[in-house]
Amino acid sequence: MDEPVVGTSLWKDAWKRLRRNKLAVLGMVVVSFVIFVSAVGPPIIRSLTGYTYDYIPSDPELLVSLPPFTAADGSFSWTHPMGTDNAGRDILARVLLGGRISLMVGIISTFVSLLIGITFGATAGYLGGKVDEVMMRMVDVLYAIPYMMIVIVLLAFFGGQSPFGQLVLLFVALGAVSWLTMARIVRGQVISLKNQEFILAARATGVPAWKIIARHLVPNTLGPVIVYATLTIPSVMLLEAFLSFLGLGVQAPLASWGSLSADGIQNIAIFPWQLLCPGITMAITLFSLNFLGDGLRDALDPQMRKS
Amino acid sequence: MNAPALLSVRNLRTYFDEDGRVVKAVDDVSFDVSRGETLGIVGESGSGKSVTNLSIMRLIPSPPGRIAGGEVFFDGKNLLTLSDSEIRAIRGKRIGMIFQDPMTSLNPFMRISKQLMEVTRLHLGHSREEAHEHAVKMLETVGIPDARRRADGYPHEFSGGMRQRVMIAMALSCKPELLIADEPTTALDVTIQAQILELIKKIKDETGTSVILVTHDLGVVAGTTEDVVVMYAGKVMERAPTVELFERPGNPYTKGLLASVPDPSCEDRKDLYQIPGLPPDVAHLGPACPFAPRCARVEAICHETFPPFVELTPDHHSLCHFAHEVYGSPGLNR
Repeated sequence: MDEPVVGTSLWKDAWKRLRRNKLAVLGMVVVSFVIFVSAVGPPIIRSLTGYTYDYIPSDPELLVSLPPFTAADGSFSWTHPMGTDNAGRDILARVLLGGRISLMVGIISTFVSLLIGITFGATAGYLGGKVDEVMMRMVDVLYAIPYMMIVIVLLAFFGGQSPFGQLVLLFVALGAVSWLTMARIVRGQVISLKNQEFILAARATGVPAWKIIARHLVPNTLGPVIVYATLTIPSVMLLEAFLSFLGLGVQAPLASWGSLSADGIQNIAIFPWQLLCPGITMAITLFSLNFLGDGLRDALDPQMRKS
Repeated sequence: MNAPALLSVRNLRTYFDEDGRVVKAVDDVSFDVSRGETLGIVGESGSGKSVTNLSIMRLIPSPPGRIAGGEVFFDGKNLLTLSDSEIRAIRGKRIGMIFQDPMTSLNPFMRISKQLMEVTRLHLGHSREEAHEHAVKMLETVGIPDARRRADGYPHEFSGGMRQRVMIAMALSCKPELLIADEPTTALDVTIQAQILELIKKIKDETGTSVILVTHDLGVVAGTTEDVVVMYAGKVMERAPTVELFERPGNPYTKGLLASVPDPSCEDRKDLYQIPGLPPDVAHLGPACPFAPRCARVEAICHETFPPFVELTPDHHSLCHFAHEVYGSPGLNR
């Protein structure tokens, strides 16, 4: 047995199990594809057709909503694979921009919630006692307030300056309401971990508390945290779509899948592609994210480790 | 014990507050460890051995635990009154600790080398490279074959005995003056036990570090220690040099323990001796001798008054009303 000993971390182990789950792999591929296309798509469209998300053609003949793969004269055309909207803007370009913003909202808000949730939960769990009591009652109080109300109040009070400012506000607002569950999950994990001997051993070697939290406790909670995070991303994206649908979220000329759907639903009877294109894209992405999250949960579940 | 002791525990009391009751897990425990000495602490489960050591390191979970009294002098300083950062500077650097279960005492998500490096980078100010070299050297010292390659493995790739060696390497990384080994061999099988004890002994001889060896295995104590403290229900029942303790125990409890050790040379197959009854619930101790209900040499006074800590010789003390009598009558009460 002279083969070199390469340390296989538990992560590699989980990765192997994840790859065996076909649905999760499919989800991962689709999500990667959507991210990739959203990132590189708009400049390509621009160089090929001259359309950007807010380009309104000057030719009055083009100021109508064209069906997918159709030119102004009714013949087949590759110019607008998803058609155009009422102002003649290319829907594909707008869906891709919407993808950028929706994914950004999902990822950044989840990151914000991770940051607050892990710090808060790990601190409460590790310190325990009265500190824990006070911190978790704060979480309970926030839980009791309907989160939608907090977001709406935040957006109504501070929103409306500029489209970009509105976007940042959306990140913060969504992140601020979705860290509560994260904090509870991390706290629970930390409490069950902190009485394990390796934490005692770390304390017995004089490691200061913050280092124990950062280097020994948090990495050990990452399994459930990652699973919850991958499931938070789609739920935050859905929440964003809902807010934008109500007109509280992303503002024109920026677009998200939610605001595109809101625009599209007004013309659903005549121009169904205006709703279907962003709607179906969003549905597929959210499905894929959920499959990926489920796959990760199975892969990181210690109970499955034996197989 | 003429030189000033390295570690001197004086009247240590550690209590746990549970559901309004006070559990006296460690009650009035005193002992000394001199430099280069190995002290054994023996006792049944729940007798307060581990709590004593965690109290020395100030690692008692609080709440519910609290150190209710006493002093722990380490090299002249009272550990119980140091600030948090002062005690952290001693933990791992001047006092190393090994735990009972090597399977759970390493962080499963960190490479072995990283865990070893954490200690030396913290206490010796090593750079990353120095710390890694030191980690490999320590792993070689504790007998991990092919240490350089194994160092970057994860704990689950090591067997129990190997992990305990890693723990020892970690505890010894900063050349501590005192090593506390809390049942280091309990979770290991017998052949590995012997190897680990041999290793601790070897390292002790090489570095001159003092060792506190906590165990419930009298055989381990006999082979490795110079002095023994016998604990029962949070109290020190007897304190004596190892040889004397085995030859002339001065406490009925120690006698009972010694009689319980199986004798493989015994010809006739009689039942193994055991002390009757169960250890008491330390939350419900009266003023009496805690061992009285199970004692072979019990009299009315044992149920009424707490026994004195009798000095049999300057090095040998026993907590018993009849210490002199027990001491004077050799032979085990099988």
